[in-house]
Amino acid sequence: MAKLTFRKLNDHSPLMWGLMAIHAAVLACGVAAALYMEEHGHIVTGMNNEIVWGAPHVFAVFLIVAASGALNVASISSVFNRFAYKPYARLSGVLAVSLLAGGLMVLVLDLGRPERIFVAMTHNNFRSIFAWNIYLYSGFVVIVAAYLFVMMDRVASQSATLGKVVGAFAFVWRLALTTGTGSIFGFLIAREAYDAAVMAPMFIASSFLYGLSFTVLVLFTMCRETRRQLMNAEMLGKFSGLLAIFSLATLYFTLAQHLTKFYQTGHRGVELFLLRDGGVYPLVFWGGQIIVGSLLPLALLWATREGTKTRRGLSAASVLFLIGGLCQLYVIIIGGQAYPLQIFPGREVSSSFFDGQVAHYAPSLPEVLLGVSGVSLAMLLVAVALRLMPFLPRGDEAPLASEGGP
Amino acid sequence: MTRLVDMLERPEPNRRGFLRGAAAFAATILAPGVTLYAFGGEAPPVRAPGTPVSSKVRWGMLIDINKCGDGCDRCVTACRDENGWGSGGSGETASQWIRKVTLRDPTSGAKREAPVMCQHCAEPPCVDVCPTGASFKRADGIVLVDKHICIGCRYCMMACPYKARSFVHEPIDDQKPWAPRGKGTVESCTMCVHRIDKGRAPACAEACASEAGGAMMFGDLNDPNSEISKAVAARANSQIRADLGLDPGVRYENL
Repeated sequence: MAKLTFRKLNDHSPLMWGLMAIHAAVLACGVAAALYMEEHGHIVTGMNNEIVWGAPHVFAVFLIVAASGALNVASISSVFNRFAYKPYARLSGVLAVSLLAGGLMVLVLDLGRPERIFVAMTHNNFRSIFAWNIYLYSGFVVIVAAYLFVMMDRVASQSATLGKVVGAFAFVWRLALTTGTGSIFGFLIAREAYDAAVMAPMFIASSFLYGLSFTVLVLFTMCRETRRQLMNAEMLGKFSGLLAIFSLATLYFTLAQHLTKFYQTGHRGVELFLLRDGGVYPLVFWGGQIIVGSLLPLALLWATREGTKTRRGLSAASVLFLIGGLCQLYVIIIGGQAYPLQIFPGREVSSSFFDGQVAHYAPSLPEVLLGVSGVSLAMLLVAVALRLMPFLPRGDEAPLASEGGP
Repeated sequence: MTRLVDMLERPEPNRRGFLRGAAAFAATILAPGVTLYAFGGEAPPVRAPGTPVSSKVRWGMLIDINKCGDGCDRCVTACRDENGWGSGGSGETASQWIRKVTLRDPTSGAKREAPVMCQHCAEPPCVDVCPTGASFKRADGIVLVDKHICIGCRYCMMACPYKARSFVHEPIDDQKPWAPRGKGTVESCTMCVHRIDKGRAPACAEACASEAGGAMMFGDLNDPNSEISKAVAARANSQIRADLGLDPGVRYENL
């Protein structure tokens, strides 16, 4: 078996410089947007007392969920002994930490009082899943750093047991992390769209999907950058198969969630709202999450499973899965709040505080910029990490196929 | 020297002065009783500075919506005047610590109105979800937000089933000293904790009693001899979303 070798990125192509410049510009805009929001208050966003979590939370949760899923490739290699995934384990760890950093930046900068982040670290209410998440997130960074050390250190990497133990710990931790993120919504008894145990496993299934999609796209970009074949036909097939399974798992949990709620008479209203009558939300659900974000990429993976278009099919499917993920979280987070709270079940209610009314939400430019800048921060951190340390597999000398990555 | 002479020469209090002083003394002693009569509940005892809040007390309200007038918003305006929450947003971004909700029975078409504010739950979900502990419940059952450690995450707003909390969306500079508010923090009804600690009833209950239908009875739910406890025991009443098991301290009659 050939010895695995890794490399740093020493110099960059114009494409890579261009991508980094775009991400740096978006990040700068996101930070400026956060400062603008901090100066003027959340009045400059589309959020209000009805929709209290908006676009920044969609991006933040998306990135945090993707982060835990991005570690999946490393877990498969060391915990489940699949050597074929070993070349991507380091990148998987770096991507996981970077995506988490991007998500947390957005989450923190959207706080009403972001300068009080140290208060959040020193005052903890452990009945709150949010407080638990602070430790789950920071612990994740420490554990993945240890995991990377074990994978990369000359002495530590010789011990298969050590790698397996740390890898298993990281795997369990990432499951806990995504359970915690899903439970932010699952534990909410107040809102009919949430309050469901299925939120946690659904978020875990989605995390596998988003995380692997990000991993595949970064790998394709690196194929172009290094002009080397980082994924052979077998790996392309494995990644395609995994993405299909993760997408189907997400669909399954989504179906279970909606069917359960729809079966309960009291929850039928919110289901009809999200799936049929809610205007933009059914559109985003059916058009965005189901068709564009699930069925289309699944069909694409199936149609390009053999032949010369596998790479293009896989990269396009990964982009679509990520779009579907954003749509899924938009419907969960925004749609779930837009449906009026049932404070007086069985009564028609109205008030000056918009009781009984569907809440309006139109994301403003600053909050969208802040959200997108989380993705840019993650990608910039990956680029910097790849330049600083040998996280990338050296790959085959074979030239790239005529059709490239994204 | 002049001042000493002035003091020495200060005349003895005359009869008018004595009467004025006696009247002030009597007002201080009797005011809670007068208030008791006025708002149909009992005045809370004055809590001396440094005295811990007692968990033997649980402040609550009983609101009879049969006495709640259509279109009357005296409780809302009294709360706003007392706590100064008119600023910091408009429309969907405006704070509302208390609001009048119109309820319509879709079968009969019958309409009622009810004031809705923080329900001061015994098991408040806002307190459970708050990551920093800024949302907290006092020993006497009043649910509050510590504005010094609220980070503005709004998770409490997601968790509250009563839509009782508001987020301050804009910078504000017209706060009342006894009701701190600030941009980027969450706020809600404090049950006029500053008044309760001084032996006075919440502004909404007092205004409703003196200027409206007297629908709001305030008092100690833990004291079996209190007027509110007797009323709760004697008359059918309910809590909003009682199915959630949060045991709100605000109860409604004829809902």
